[in-house]
Amino acid sequence: MSRLLWLLLLVPPFYLDGFWLQAGLFAMAAAVGAIGLNLLTGATGQLSMGHAFFLAVGAYGYTYWAGEGMPPLLAAILSVLLAGIAGLAFSPISGRLGGVNLGIATLGLVFVGQHVLFNAEDVTGGVNGKAVPPFELFGFVFDGTEPLNVLGIPFGQQEKLWFLGLAVLGLAAWFAAGVLGGRPGRALNAVRDHRIAAGVMGVPVARYRASVFVLSSMYGGLAGVLIALAFQRTVPDYFGITLSLDYLAMIVIGGLGSVRGAVVGALVVTLLPQMLTHYSDALPESLSPASAARLLYGTAVVVIVLFLPGGLSRLSLPTPTPRPKETPA
Amino acid sequence: MTKLIELIVNGVATGAVYALIALGFVVIFKATEVVNFAHASLLLIGGYVVAETHDDFGFWGALVLGVLVAATIGGIVEFAVIRRARVLDQAVVAIATIGIDIVLTSELTRRIGTDTLALGDPWGDHLVHLGSVTIPATRIAALLAAGTLIGIFLLAFKYTAWGVSMRAVAEDSETAALMGIRLGRVSIGAWAVAGGLAAVAAVFLTVFPTPGLDRTTSYAALKAFPAAILGGLDSTTGALAGGLIVGLTESLMTGYQNDLVFLGRGIGDVAPYAVMVLVLLWRPAGLFGTRETARV
Repeated sequence: MSRLLWLLLLVPPFYLDGFWLQAGLFAMAAAVGAIGLNLLTGATGQLSMGHAFFLAVGAYGYTYWAGEGMPPLLAAILSVLLAGIAGLAFSPISGRLGGVNLGIATLGLVFVGQHVLFNAEDVTGGVNGKAVPPFELFGFVFDGTEPLNVLGIPFGQQEKLWFLGLAVLGLAAWFAAGVLGGRPGRALNAVRDHRIAAGVMGVPVARYRASVFVLSSMYGGLAGVLIALAFQRTVPDYFGITLSLDYLAMIVIGGLGSVRGAVVGALVVTLLPQMLTHYSDALPESLSPASAARLLYGTAVVVIVLFLPGGLSRLSLPTPTPRPKETPA
Repeated sequence: MTKLIELIVNGVATGAVYALIALGFVVIFKATEVVNFAHASLLLIGGYVVAETHDDFGFWGALVLGVLVAATIGGIVEFAVIRRARVLDQAVVAIATIGIDIVLTSELTRRIGTDTLALGDPWGDHLVHLGSVTIPATRIAALLAAGTLIGIFLLAFKYTAWGVSMRAVAEDSETAALMGIRLGRVSIGAWAVAGGLAAVAAVFLTVFPTPGLDRTTSYAALKAFPAAILGGLDSTTGALAGGLIVGLTESLMTGYQNDLVFLGRGIGDVAPYAVMVLVLLWRPAGLFGTRETARV
């Protein structure tokens, strides 16, 4: 079933126009970041409000290095590593603080990070940000200068990036599913559900907390690279506390602790404002699409926490064949 | 020297206001074990009500109304959401409060728009001269008001029946419930008190020398989070100390930012967060927080 879905995702570039491809690209980038946050917050119970910081590290790392003439692939890989190193540097705190306390501590990352983005103008371009160089893979450039003709459809930048985003998302989802489904995933869940019992059973709690923080920040960095490529410009305003909150909203709406939940939530939270913008005529005058979207998904977070703890991805459709009745023992 | 004294007095006054916010935050945490990320929006509600109604009711009437509205909204949040989500994981309830914050803040910022609202306070831009030291009257009012409220709160926490039941619940909620303390009342009370304190703090965060209440006021309120956590989330003393540290850091760093150019512009706004991270490196439970210990 899910393989079929992945195949279906190859189709949209042949039919959709630029606006929706761009929206889809943002959704894919957000999905990568949300998978990372879900490993940390959903699977391990460690709240992070600093995800925007790691997105920024990825986005700015790529922009800087690729802008300095480094091969874009290498720049992308280095920026993901850089985000990981930034996460590692935070490990004395991320390993020792549990749950909500970590959430408040990571607030510091966002504010200090944004301060650096605004002030280190040589590297980040300050308030106005920097243009993002196009991605390039073995000589194939992901931009719109030479449209590639595939089955009669001219492939510009958005079409090309769509496939790149899809490949990255696929890899990211596959890796995270492997982590969650195996021994590390069970250890992470044990740390979330009962820290002390996990420690007694031989799970090194602090090390797992710190490692999952590093992993999640690398996912954040990767998402940042994709976002930079989709935006074509990085601006510091974007990487604020609101962005971190959006990512938390995503994983709660989609479903905590699973890859599917992160992807579903990312789709809802990123596409909702785009859809509302597209159909903004139907909204009351005083309500901007962005704030309408925030009202909607803020409410969704509360409703889902109260009534649907598994998130949207756990909603199951009624099965056509009735289940066999359980026989009383 | 004069400048240093002025900065310290300013810092202590804003610190007292942060302490007021952090105190509410800590009270909620003690009574319900919920970290309330919607605190900044409760504050914004209080400030907004004061700004909108001071023409009709006068400043003091508007202040009372703002306190009542913020307290009521706090109570409603507790009754409608927190009480029903209590069984869940603490981090999940915290995310629910983030959802509430997103809703309240986007509604309020939509109403405020790009305006800067005046609060109609009686102090205006008066300056008080003590020798060579000049201090805005609003800061002295903030210091007095916050000090009085914190004093009343601490006395009530220690001596009234409400305070005793609150402390009993914080110590062991199950035993407290068995002794006949009604957990629901205690927790709704905590949320209402926190909302009220936040509304008072909103006034002092937005009066002179700040231009007024605008959409960025909630960012100023966010600084109470580092205050609460660097003092220790479960300690009222910690909230006071944390508030003062944040206020002083902010005031001194802003005052001397010309000598600190290498740290970048606007360092005063981020310094509290940097201090928080440093303190947590040294003491993960905060300065006055109880270290988590467990017996197996």
